[in-house]
Amino acid sequence: MSKVYDLIIIGAGPAGMTAGVYAARKKLKTLIIAKDIGGQASWSSDIENYLGFSMITGPDLVKKFEDHLEEFKDDVELRLSISGVTKISKKAKNFSVVMGDGKKEEAKAIIIAGGKVPRDLGVKGEKEFLNKGVAYCAWCDGPLFKGKDVAIIGGGNSALDAALNISKLVKQIFIVNLTPELTGDPVMIDKVKALPHIRIMNDMEVVEIEGERLVEKIRIKSRDGGLQKDLPVSGVFIEVGSLPATEYLDGLVKLNKDNEIVIDEYNSTTQEGIYAAGDITTVVEKQIITAAGEGAKAAIQASIYLAKK
Amino acid sequence: MSDKKVILYTTPTCVFCKSVKEYFDDNKIKYETVDLVENRDRVQEMVDKSGQMGVPVIDAGGEIVVGFDKAKLDSIFAK
Repeated sequence: MSKVYDLIIIGAGPAGMTAGVYAARKKLKTLIIAKDIGGQASWSSDIENYLGFSMITGPDLVKKFEDHLEEFKDDVELRLSISGVTKISKKAKNFSVVMGDGKKEEAKAIIIAGGKVPRDLGVKGEKEFLNKGVAYCAWCDGPLFKGKDVAIIGGGNSALDAALNISKLVKQIFIVNLTPELTGDPVMIDKVKALPHIRIMNDMEVVEIEGERLVEKIRIKSRDGGLQKDLPVSGVFIEVGSLPATEYLDGLVKLNKDNEIVIDEYNSTTQEGIYAAGDITTVVEKQIITAAGEGAKAAIQASIYLAKK
Repeated sequence: MSDKKVILYTTPTCVFCKSVKEYFDDNKIKYETVDLVENRDRVQEMVDKSGQMGVPVIDAGGEIVVGFDKAKLDSIFAK
């Protein structure tokens, strides 16, 4: 029988790590379970709106969070689980948390701060060629495609940001966009349109990603079905937004139509004893600084709940 | 510590490459860094070894590790 923690925090992004620090200061025996450290924040290039740092990179800020959390290691255990949490269930008194590898842990209260994951396209070849030409982080993987032709799938700000990010490295960029016009900020659209080696293909969708060992081409078609063609590319950057990582929570806590966890101003979910914080929730703004604040709020509320228990 | 020849394939923007470097430094493991942006001609070498295009890739005396797989690195360097 493993021990029962006061609190299990799921996720080690800005919300989860801040919750960890606050929980430690309340002397709660805490376990953080996370797939990685930093979450989406560690993919950010330049952060210029986190107070105290006029400019810091995502990885550097995450390292500072991690170092800060490390000071509380007597109370907070941080465990990386590549398979992640797959189930939370309510038991008589506590909550049981199951990971993908079958391991189980138990706690009196839970904070869910698992953030968001990149949305996939769901087309043939996407999974097979992951890291073989298909990537979800242009900032991280773009340099590997220096001098090559690449496609960026999407037409919003993240797709435009990806195009600007890798434009100096690659030979030709095709933007394959599902809507009649690009949908990002006008300033970004103007910058992207001004790039010398860009081709914007509106009203088009990806049918399949193909290749032998690595990606060699993508097949695209017009949304009215009239046109189908192959684009020879070595890289495919999928930038079609992100989704809250809540698929394992259905039925346990209330989700909204976008599958975000519905919380109130106390970070309470619809299940007593389970709190949630950061990008995974219905909180309006998804920023690093707001996620950190939400993590603090959730941990304080969890400690109040545990004190009453 | 291990006397394996260790190569780390990296890019300047790779987040987990930094974690690997810290791991090597903490464990006093000597390694050669190959920045694939500076060394375009060695991208194919990395793809041939690992069968994929993500970094970090670590070649520890012929044993290939993709990503910052701490458990695997522990098992390789504890030998």
